[in-house]
Amino acid sequence: MTFVLLIAMFLVSFSDLPVTDSVPEFEISDLKSRISDRQLQISNFKSQISNVQRVIASNSLNNRSLTWPTWSQWRRVLFLSDYNTQVVILGTMMLGMAAGTVGSFTLLRRRALMGDALSHATLPGVGLAFIIATRLGMDGKSLPILLTGAAVSGIAGVAAILYVRNLTRLKEDAALGIVLSVFFGAGVSMLTVIQQMSTGNAAGLESFIYGKTASMDFSDATLIGLSGLFSVIVIGLLFKELTLLCFDEGFAGSRGYPLLLLDVVLMSLVVLVTIIGLQAVGNVLVIALFVMPAAAARFWTQNLKQMTLISAAIGGAGGLVGSAISALLDLPSGPMIVLVCSSLFFVSMVVGIERGVLVRFIRRWELNRNVDRQHLLRGLYELLESRGLPKAAAARQIQSRFLFAELLSYGSWTSHRLMREIERCRRAGLLLRNEDASLSLTEVGLGEASRLAHEHRLWEMYLITHADVAPGRVDQSADAIEHVLEPELIARLEKLLQQKLAIQGIAPSPHPIEPLGDAS
Amino acid sequence: MASVASASLPLSVRDLTVAWYRKPVIWDVGFDVSPGQLVGVVGPNGAGKSTLLKAIMDLVPKASGRIEIFGYPYKQSRQRVGYVPQRESVDWDFPVSVLDVVTMGLYGKIGWCMPVRKKHRDAARQALERVGIGELADRQISQLSGGQQQRTFLARALVQDADLYLMDEPFAAVDAATEKAIVEILREMQRAGKTAIVIHHDLHTVPEYFDSVVLLNMRVVASGPTGSVFTRENLEKTYGGRLTLLDEATEAMRRRERTL
Repeated sequence: MTFVLLIAMFLVSFSDLPVTDSVPEFEISDLKSRISDRQLQISNFKSQISNVQRVIASNSLNNRSLTWPTWSQWRRVLFLSDYNTQVVILGTMMLGMAAGTVGSFTLLRRRALMGDALSHATLPGVGLAFIIATRLGMDGKSLPILLTGAAVSGIAGVAAILYVRNLTRLKEDAALGIVLSVFFGAGVSMLTVIQQMSTGNAAGLESFIYGKTASMDFSDATLIGLSGLFSVIVIGLLFKELTLLCFDEGFAGSRGYPLLLLDVVLMSLVVLVTIIGLQAVGNVLVIALFVMPAAAARFWTQNLKQMTLISAAIGGAGGLVGSAISALLDLPSGPMIVLVCSSLFFVSMVVGIERGVLVRFIRRWELNRNVDRQHLLRGLYELLESRGLPKAAAARQIQSRFLFAELLSYGSWTSHRLMREIERCRRAGLLLRNEDASLSLTEVGLGEASRLAHEHRLWEMYLITHADVAPGRVDQSADAIEHVLEPELIARLEKLLQQKLAIQGIAPSPHPIEPLGDAS
Repeated sequence: MASVASASLPLSVRDLTVAWYRKPVIWDVGFDVSPGQLVGVVGPNGAGKSTLLKAIMDLVPKASGRIEIFGYPYKQSRQRVGYVPQRESVDWDFPVSVLDVVTMGLYGKIGWCMPVRKKHRDAARQALERVGIGELADRQISQLSGGQQQRTFLARALVQDADLYLMDEPFAAVDAATEKAIVEILREMQRAGKTAIVIHHDLHTVPEYFDSVVLLNMRVVASGPTGSVFTRENLEKTYGGRLTLLDEATEAMRRRERTL
């Protein structure tokens, strides 16, 4: 805005230039009057601009710098000293907890998008309720009236989805898309029309789109708290039944559970939480409160009860922190709550201890390292074998020396990877580096190497005798699986094959070992 | 009259027709099952085998027909029926443990809104012991192999202690050990006087596993004791001729409907 102002001033001064160039005396008085005219114009212009600025500032985020909150603002939010802030923060926290609880089940029932369509469909109801109430001479902005309207049109939206899906050959996603956009579009146009209506003061209705906690008072927070508590209790009572519904619909039906009724209960809870969330989060973003806490909780646990609790905690934290930030920085609450929830989701996705990205990455990395080590040790054993040493005394086997170049040409590893793995084995006490830079197995290393070679060969033999794999192709397929063989499986393989082949000790390789090293 | 005659029969199906969007999936199906029998339901893909089981349990709407279980409609004899759905029908990544899944078989007994108690968990553990995976009780179901998943489902049906079991392909893609364990349990159930109706794919093992068979391909091609019904001729009828004329007629009707 200051930019516009500067340009305007520049233009004004530029148009003055020719006047200041020539100063014939007889024109001075005329000039003076023209200048004062200009000054008047400028001051008019300025006041217009500041008017515009005020209007814009009151409407949107444009032209506003975020100011770091003062100490008194911090105190107001952190210690909940301000009554209104207390109400808002506690209200949104309860909302978040309720949404997190209900959201766990909608996520598992794969009804997340249905909730989105439902929340978008509430908007025309808000508008209609306002129109009807004002026509009837009631207070159009009374919250219970507006929320009733929202609930009715939300349910009508869901009914429309089911209607479109069942009556036509359209799939559910198309039905969702159609209903969601039509209802939301209708709602937005209705609010616009209302604002142009002469009757009733409609200002503030648009806060149902993005949410505005500032207007929340104690009775609203009580409403949110009680409704949230109610939905949590319903979920708690029907925990078993809803779990069964989400996990195995067919079995639930065969046990005589009314599937439709259970679904209706779940969707009604979604309606309820959406409706109470309209004021704080707005109908566009309220879906985030259902989806993100539940999805985030999934990264932390494999237990549904824990998941529901974690989801409720994340939702509650999102509501609390989000509305606190909103109060501190004077930003709209809905987007703040969603942003906090999404940060928690992102953190869970990365560091979640059960299914987080990091944990899975570490597991994979450990497996790869393990595979490298097994390859190296088995390679060493096979080299020993090619030198004719395995049957010799352990002391002589241990003294046998390997050169790095020899190992490098033996396996399909890069020199960097081989070097790294040798270093790891050396630190683990499996390998020794001799003074001439050659390598030898330690006693432990030898034991490990022969065990690995044995298991590898057992598996190869099993594949050849039982799974009809040509011997030439065995090495690779054995490689793929043997790294995940568990001890009890090895024991079973041994039993199975010992009967067949009468193997004692370390099994011989069932195929010629290909890249033969120097048989020295 | 019929209900008096069939009061002792675990299952009696009469004139059953089920249709999806007016396309018949099973057509005029009728057969009886006598108590204490292991019955195999055999037929090609799309023959309506799963639909038959679901229709018996009122899970899909019937176009026509009457089904009686121990002489009563399913609704009244539900407690006497145990169901083992197809393994692929559920998401095995669901956040529950093996024990949780097995206790689901007891939810009806536990009652609405009541928590699962220790005696229920004990019963579930016992059922898991019976199917040979007692040590896996506290595992997450996502860690189970195919055979272990199938045993879990079986345990969930066993824990109900029903009299008639309906099993949808319990032998599909399981390891040999699991197959043996399931057969052993079926025999045990039979000795206890229970009846099982099992959808089965592997024709080689039918005579070995089942006392009687229902050969199904939209309609019942033949049903009765395995020895007399499970013949090459009947199998050819079941697998060879899909009811082409009927198929074509319904297909034509659906095409016409679509243009309406």
